[in-house]
Amino acid sequence: MLQDGSKSIFAPWSDPAATPLIRFQSVSKKFGHFTAVNDLNLDIYEREFFALLGPSGCGKTTLMRMLAGFEATSEGTILLDGQNIAPVPPNKRAVNMMFQSYALFPHLSVADNIAFGLKRSPMAKSDIQDRVEEMLKLVRLEQFARRKPHQISGGQRQRVALARSLAKAPRLLLLDEPLGALDKKLRQDTQFELMDIQERTGTTFVIVTHDQEEAMTVASRVAVMDQGELVQVDTPDRIYETPNSVYVADFIGEINLIEGNISPIEADRYALDWAEGQPPIIGTSQEMLREGTRCHFAIRPEKLAISAEPPTDRANCVTGTILDIAYLGNMSTYIVELSNGQTLKAQVANNRRIARRTFTWNDQVSLSWTDTAGVILTR
Amino acid sequence: MNRRFSLFNATSLTLGFAFLYLPMVILIIFSFNASKLVAVWGGFSTRWYGELIQNEAFLDAAWVTLRVALLSSTFAAVLGTMAAYVMVRGGRFFGRTLFSGMIYAPLVMPEVITGLSLLLLFIAIGLDRGIMTIVLAHTTFSMCYVSVVVSSRLVTFDRSLEEAALDLGCTPFDAFRSVTLPNIAPAVISGWLLAFTLSLDDLVIASFTAGPSSTTLPIKIFSSVRLGVSPEINALSTLMIGVVTIGVVVASLVSKRAIARQQKDEQEARRT
Amino acid sequence: MNLRRFILIAIPYVWLLALFLVPFGIVLKIALSDYALSIPPYTPTLDFSAGWEGIRAFFAALDLENFIFLTEDDLYWRAYLSSLQIALLATFVTLLVGFPIAYGIAQASPAWRPTLLMLVILPFWTSFLIRVYAWIGILSNEGFLNQALMSIGIISEPLTILNTNWAVYIGIVYTYLPFMVLPIYAALDRLDGSLIEAAEDLGCSRFSAFWLVTFPLSRQGVIAGCLLVFIPALGEFVIPSLLGGSKTLMIGKVLFEEFFANRDWPVASAVAVILVLLLIIPIIFFQRNEQRQREQD
Repeated sequence: MLQDGSKSIFAPWSDPAATPLIRFQSVSKKFGHFTAVNDLNLDIYEREFFALLGPSGCGKTTLMRMLAGFEATSEGTILLDGQNIAPVPPNKRAVNMMFQSYALFPHLSVADNIAFGLKRSPMAKSDIQDRVEEMLKLVRLEQFARRKPHQISGGQRQRVALARSLAKAPRLLLLDEPLGALDKKLRQDTQFELMDIQERTGTTFVIVTHDQEEAMTVASRVAVMDQGELVQVDTPDRIYETPNSVYVADFIGEINLIEGNISPIEADRYALDWAEGQPPIIGTSQEMLREGTRCHFAIRPEKLAISAEPPTDRANCVTGTILDIAYLGNMSTYIVELSNGQTLKAQVANNRRIARRTFTWNDQVSLSWTDTAGVILTR
Repeated sequence: MNRRFSLFNATSLTLGFAFLYLPMVILIIFSFNASKLVAVWGGFSTRWYGELIQNEAFLDAAWVTLRVALLSSTFAAVLGTMAAYVMVRGGRFFGRTLFSGMIYAPLVMPEVITGLSLLLLFIAIGLDRGIMTIVLAHTTFSMCYVSVVVSSRLVTFDRSLEEAALDLGCTPFDAFRSVTLPNIAPAVISGWLLAFTLSLDDLVIASFTAGPSSTTLPIKIFSSVRLGVSPEINALSTLMIGVVTIGVVVASLVSKRAIARQQKDEQEARRT
Repeated sequence: MNLRRFILIAIPYVWLLALFLVPFGIVLKIALSDYALSIPPYTPTLDFSAGWEGIRAFFAALDLENFIFLTEDDLYWRAYLSSLQIALLATFVTLLVGFPIAYGIAQASPAWRPTLLMLVILPFWTSFLIRVYAWIGILSNEGFLNQALMSIGIISEPLTILNTNWAVYIGIVYTYLPFMVLPIYAALDRLDGSLIEAAEDLGCSRFSAFWLVTFPLSRQGVIAGCLLVFIPALGEFVIPSLLGGSKTLMIGKVLFEEFFANRDWPVASAVAVILVLLLIIPIIFFQRNEQRQREQD
């Protein structure tokens, strides 16, 4: 996103002077003995599209419901614009929510659903009508204003829910698995529409999802959660390229994980001894790692080059036989078994027709990668 | 999570259940009243229970009622299950609409009319009134209840199970007996219980269809309480309430345990 | 058609024809006959031995005399009107009492709900007659209620409730309460909880969320519950005859007395026919409501 004509990138989180819209200060939430959210600190900035990503039960929905006001915090405070929101009931918060089930009122028409929140506000009647029409236009549902929710398609319902929650122009919009009920093709189209609407309205969006692809596509920043804690909060590219833990690396996309012992070589270069008879893996790390530290080396399948003969210009090279090939259309995944039994996945774009494929089952191949292609993870 | 139990909810439930149960509690307490004056507490006594079990008229009536209820609920369970099967799985046949109308109409027909019409039928065909006529009458209206209970189970019962049985070589009758019936058995049993209770409870239809020698318990109770409260009836009522309560509580505990066991089995199955 | 299927259909079919439809036909026939001092106390009786002539004589003698009699004697008019009034008002009161109970159960924690539901259903399994009878001892002049009210000083003279229409209302509300609570609970239970949250999220207070969302969406349960109370209450016999007074006019009681006390079978039958006609409208309404609900599911 462009700002004030300057070419600077939208990244308020890296600007120490920026004040966050939402601030979680050591927030915990307990249900009986179960800790859903544990001592969590997080800043979310204005106009951000922020994704909370994690498996079910990781606490992401609880976090969102605390923002909406449906759950109280057990400990800590949540600040909205610097104000503690704990005493504000959900119907008084400048926060609106788009429900996973959409929660459209079945007895009201599309227009009445959108007008529902406005009618609870001091807005004048004629203004309400204008606002409803504006919203219908925003989500391209002008012709469906008089229909009831059961008379429109799933994708249209999703847009009604979005329009309804945006109608009051909230400071913050919460979206609980907004695309979960749509089929894959529709979901992809809707993702872009969602981003477009977010940019046009300038509203801060917080989306909860378990679909990593969705989070990566729409969000400016992604928070990966596990068991009530934030594991990593970062931009999608950094989450993918430089995960900070095995959990994040494994959760986002496909990855090869190799466990071994570290020995430092020079400055930020390290060697990882991982199996008898296999050359150590050369990688880099910004952390200071001591000799003998147990680490994982993580590398994405598409970072592995596959060739018949071992190349000479790469820092790492291993050989093995092709165990399996998964043809995915745009790319193929090769599963290569090394002499010690370890399997590695390599992904190759299918630039050519499949009949011209260079490698086939049981071929001997070399897998190679540079020393900066993967990451060394200590946890 | 999203349903919050408020003070208003607590109050309405408390008052509601007090309204539902206080009359019965008072009735039970006063069945142990030593005094014959029903509204004055004269100390604890089981005197009325003693007099009750020596009252032959009540015992006879109870025996008639029990026989009628057992016979009619059993007939009703069989006929009602057949009717439900015909309704849900019978396909199209001549007069299907009339048939379903005749299943549902007795549920909403005032008892006075059902009783009157059956009495007029028995007179018209010259059938002497007695236990048999009450059984016929009770079977007719309670089979409709059974068929509603059973058909609601049959509707949710996966038809492909029956088809699988046929595919594996069952005749339609075999398939019904070995696959359908075991699966709808809980509904048939609750239908039977419902029919049994309805029969035990019925006053109006029995009044029309009973003969002089076949007085049922409700008829007997009705004729004695018309004159006002009687401590013997209090004792009898307490016994009846007790039996029903124990029955319902046991039944719900059994089904609760069955559900719990099933859940446990499923959990264990998932773990392995 | 295969024989087994034929038998399977025929048995319950014939049973219901013989013991439900035919008797009702007989009621209709007697309603159109004349009263006679004989056994059975009506003419004409269908005399098949007289052949075709007998059947013609039978039909020739049928008339609407009994129905005309019902319109002339204002006892019947008043009984129908008073039954309608009592049933309607009692249904309304049952709704007022039943809705908060159903709502309370729906709001209770899932662990409690089965128990609460069982507590609502339990009275249904206990004898109807006994539950009505229990009120006699409470409502009578020297009954429990008057004693309690006098002892706390609210009243100084006992209230006469038993043998008035008040007692009938109480009896109907009490005995039919489960029929009201259960369908309303079912409707509330089906309600998606996130709808209420959505309403609150969009600025509703809890109270307005209830009136704007919960109540309209439980409408079908309310309709079903009201009809389940209204339909049997209209033809009720036990409650008016045990709790009501001599002034309490309800059509079920009139019919019973007409039949047993006056032995006027033709008039009793005519009363029954009109009662059925009265009930057809709410019954059709009920069926429509149920069907609509099924379609929505």
